[in-house]
Parts: sequence; structure tokens; C-alpha cells
Amino acid sequence: MPMQAHEIEELLRAEFPDAQIVVEGSDGVHMAAMVVDESFRGKNRVQQQRAVYAALKGKMDGPQGDLHALALTTKVPE
Amino acid sequence: MSDAQTQIKQTVTENDVVLFMKGTKSMPQCGFSSRVAGVLNYMGVEYADVNVLADENIRQGIKDYSDWPTIPQLYVKGEFVGGCDIITEMTLSGELDTLFAENGVTFDKDAAEKIREANG
Repeated sequence: MPMQAHEIEELLRAEFPDAQIVVEGSDGVHMAAMVVDESFRGKNRVQQQRAVYAALKGKMDGPQGDLHALALTTKVPE
Repeated sequence: MSDAQTQIKQTVTENDVVLFMKGTKSMPQCGFSSRVAGVLNYMGVEYADVNVLADENIRQGIKDYSDWPTIPQLYVKGEFVGGCDIITEMTLSGELDTLFAENGVTFDKDAAEKIREANG
């Protein structure tokens, strides 16, 4: 099942309650998300994106994954 | 270790730069794979391409190997560098140049600058 932007945002919000989160895209398959969170400080990009993928709880896994593609941007707050 | 894990380890150990992708470097079959292969091709980097669509065990195996859910995946000197978004950011920031230089990977610096000029 494709995921709507608000569903993705809810999953991310649960893991990063204080983050700035922007989810874009409307087809539910090819989506983009930006997460700006203090918890990323000191982590490299791989570690930051791993944390985001973990928050999505397997939604991107495998051919039956809900999300085919999520363009991801992670940042530490300025 | 399963056959797939052994094979992946061998591939990333024996090649300085490896891109696990959907399709091949000359015929990518996914926009994200195409973007990363395009950067490497344009920068004149010599790399091994592994088409995960050709082998379901490798397709799943590489995700297990790196604990990373998506493809493409770029490896330099056996280390996982990142997926499409990370490689794109690193290309534009110049970090990819630095990584290649530090690891003795030959690339065309002028081409890298051109990418940045075109996307600056």
C-alpha cells in the first residue's frame, strides 16, 4: 500500500518529536522527506539516514515495501 | 556467512569502487541508480557495477550487508559510503572528491567542478 505524506510524517514525528519535518510528494510511492533534528549532531549522513529509515519501521523494505523511493535529506539545526 | 554475503564481501574487497545498482552502468534501470552511475561515469571513475536485478540473493543480501534498505549503494575500499541522496550531496559539496582523493581513487577533478557549476 502506498503511503500518504501525513502517514510518513506521523512515523517520523513519533521518533523525532522536536524535529523540523517536511514531507513532499503526492503519489505515495515516490516521496521526499527532510528531517532537521538535534539528535543528528555528531553523526555522519549514513548514521543520520539510518535513524530515519529505522523510524519508518520497514516501510521501505523489499519489493512489497510500501515506499519505493523516499528522497531523504537530513540536517542538524543551524 | 551465506554465499551472497561471501560474494558481496569479496566484491567490495577486490574492487576499490563498487556500485550496487538496478541495471548496469551503461543501462541503468532506475532513476536513483542512474543518477549515481551518471556522476561516476562523468567523473571518469573506474568502478565495478553490480546489477542487483540480476540476482535476488544479492538484491536482498546487499541490504543486509550494509543494514541499508535502498539501492543504489556505493562502496569505496570496502566501506559503505551511502545511497543516492548522500552521494548527490557529497558530489555537490566536494566531499566525494575528498573521499576519492584520500583513497587513491582516480577521478576527473574538472568534471566534478563542472557538475557543481551546473548545479550550484
